[in-house]
Amino acid sequence: MDLEKTAAHARAQMGQKRRLLVCAGAGCFSCGSAETLSTLQKLVKERGLETQVDVVPSGCMGACQKGPLVQLAADEILLQGVAPQNAAAVLDQVLGGRAISPEHKLFSAREPDAPDAHFFQKQQKIVLENCGRINPESLEEYIAVGGYHALHKMLSEMTREAVIAEIKKSGLRGRGGAGYPTGLKWETVAKMVNEQKYVICNADEGDPGAFMDRSVLEGDPHRVLEGMAVAGFAVGADKGYVYCRAEYPLAIKRLEQAIKSARREGLLGREIFRTGFSFDVEIRIGAGAFVCGEETALIASIEGRRGQPRPRPPYPAESGLWKKPTLINNVETFANIAPILTKGGEWFSSIGTPKNAGTKVFALAGKIRNTGLIEVPMGITLREIIFDIGGGIPAGRRFKAVQTGGPSGGCIPEAHLDTPVDYESLQTLGSIMGSGGFIVMDDTSCMVDVARFFMEFCMDESCGKCVPCRVGTKHMHDLLGKICLGQGTMGDLALLEELAPMVKATSLCGLGMTAPNPLLSTLRYFRDEYTAHIRDHRCPAGVCHMDAVEAVR
Amino acid sequence: MSIHVTPDDPRVKRVAREMKLYDRRPDALIQILHIVQEIFGYLPEPVLRLVVKELRVPASRVFGVSTFYHYFSLKPRGEHQCLVCMGTACYVKGAGKILDQLQKTFGLKPGDVTPDGQLGLAQARCLGACGLAPAVVYDEEILARVDPSTVGGMVQEKLRGS
Repeated sequence: MDLEKTAAHARAQMGQKRRLLVCAGAGCFSCGSAETLSTLQKLVKERGLETQVDVVPSGCMGACQKGPLVQLAADEILLQGVAPQNAAAVLDQVLGGRAISPEHKLFSAREPDAPDAHFFQKQQKIVLENCGRINPESLEEYIAVGGYHALHKMLSEMTREAVIAEIKKSGLRGRGGAGYPTGLKWETVAKMVNEQKYVICNADEGDPGAFMDRSVLEGDPHRVLEGMAVAGFAVGADKGYVYCRAEYPLAIKRLEQAIKSARREGLLGREIFRTGFSFDVEIRIGAGAFVCGEETALIASIEGRRGQPRPRPPYPAESGLWKKPTLINNVETFANIAPILTKGGEWFSSIGTPKNAGTKVFALAGKIRNTGLIEVPMGITLREIIFDIGGGIPAGRRFKAVQTGGPSGGCIPEAHLDTPVDYESLQTLGSIMGSGGFIVMDDTSCMVDVARFFMEFCMDESCGKCVPCRVGTKHMHDLLGKICLGQGTMGDLALLEELAPMVKATSLCGLGMTAPNPLLSTLRYFRDEYTAHIRDHRCPAGVCHMDAVEAVR
Repeated sequence: MSIHVTPDDPRVKRVAREMKLYDRRPDALIQILHIVQEIFGYLPEPVLRLVVKELRVPASRVFGVSTFYHYFSLKPRGEHQCLVCMGTACYVKGAGKILDQLQKTFGLKPGDVTPDGQLGLAQARCLGACGLAPAVVYDEEILARVDPSTVGGMVQEKLRGS
């Protein structure tokens, strides 16, 4: 296909009319955005405005709590709470050139002093740049905003080595959570001598409280496919798999559509852009096992087996899917690839901090005013995220802790809120960057109960293969449960402190190695809550029920 | 509970067709189980035996995979399904109380179905709808910012209305 021609044509089409983008992400979808979309489309038709206005669905716009969201593309005005019954009024305001009523106006680029403006101004969008701007179901719109240009540029003028050098120069690190340098990983797979290699996209976003990858797949699926194809060329693979959670039906649907249209236009499949490079992608649907986010377990699952990890080495780069060299990256990592190739590794490395280049997408949730999806440059402080972008804690309550990294991460207290967000700093605090879950807790959350909650999660999700994880998580969970009931002793606490490092040190895979983190971090920062439960039989946050103990006393 | 399936049952034929689309490859097992569950609502044993035969994999492996993954159920599920999200965002906003309330209202434990088979109660790891926390899914509908004190009545009403 002629990329430039398609892009020019699509751009002209998009520029002809005013575009009203209706958020079709899962959050807005659940508050009825599909109906908002059809109502707006119907109104436009009824009023004979089809030549002036285009109403199209789009990806996540970020402010998930205020949905359904509608964006007026050219003017960069974001409208909130556009329920179907308000659609007519909003359309009048938008087309009549009248002022948007305050209850619907969320943000306008022309009025940077609005109360919620920080939510947008402190963000920097690379991964999410197309989410909320294009129709995710339209390949043409993706091409119009520069999509598949990186793939084309690479295939017409770059060698494998040059691609890898560019990724290395960018300083991109794996966005799945561990932060392994992406370029180095690619180079390792590229060096393997084998006629068959694979590329896998890990979309098994299992952390409770995380929805970044889902939003990217729903809002800009072609971006991920393009990143995978670039990776395929760089490492010498002609086949890719996306391993996606079954809990994300909309993401799967959009991805299926995207693969189909990319194949139709020759952007996936045999001899892409009439070069010697062939690459195709298949979707594999997970079946609800957190451990399948671990790369060797994920591979077992794609092979149709139980998702149990195996010892490494050999690493998948050497012996992965069907024992062939395999590159595994996360959704967000792949979504960063096309812009790096288009704008250069140097550009990317200038964003963020020297050792942590680029941006990170976080899913803000919990006790925070602005729940939703954000993308920030690395190195921003936790405080800026929570209070400037997130708008602070609602209902006049006090901030207590922020939990990053899900069941593998930890709880960070107020004293450390000025820490910059990067892989190393968060690890020093006893948490991890993780894939981007970011849950804020106020003084009504009990830290012992939170530790018990995550331990229950890890206990349930332990695959059972190795003893430290299978037995250790169960034992720690029971001890935490006892403390929550006010029946714990200081001896139990000592036992927990002995078990946690042991499970960390001896488990087979990342699940067990990180399972004690929520426990250890709460013990480190909120030890007084543990002792209050044990010595005073009292839950300071008022969450744990200690009726049984009260009755005995 | 078991069901009787015959080879000419249209549902069984559909499963057979889908297996053929995957060339009866053993690595397609999980994808096939998804299809079986979509058609029957759960994984009936006689159908699993058919999968064993067609994909030429040991019964132990099919059973192992079916029980390893949370998404699959070997028991029939309720006519209607009430799924309480227990993700972190929902949990810190009171999902535990919602689950308690539903257990009390219907006398059900998570994973159980009412004796009349009308309602099944289950908990989800995380629906990724954290902006709507605490969330409950009734059949296909997401109920956002659910109040523990009214959730029992709300689900009862939905059951009566259906």
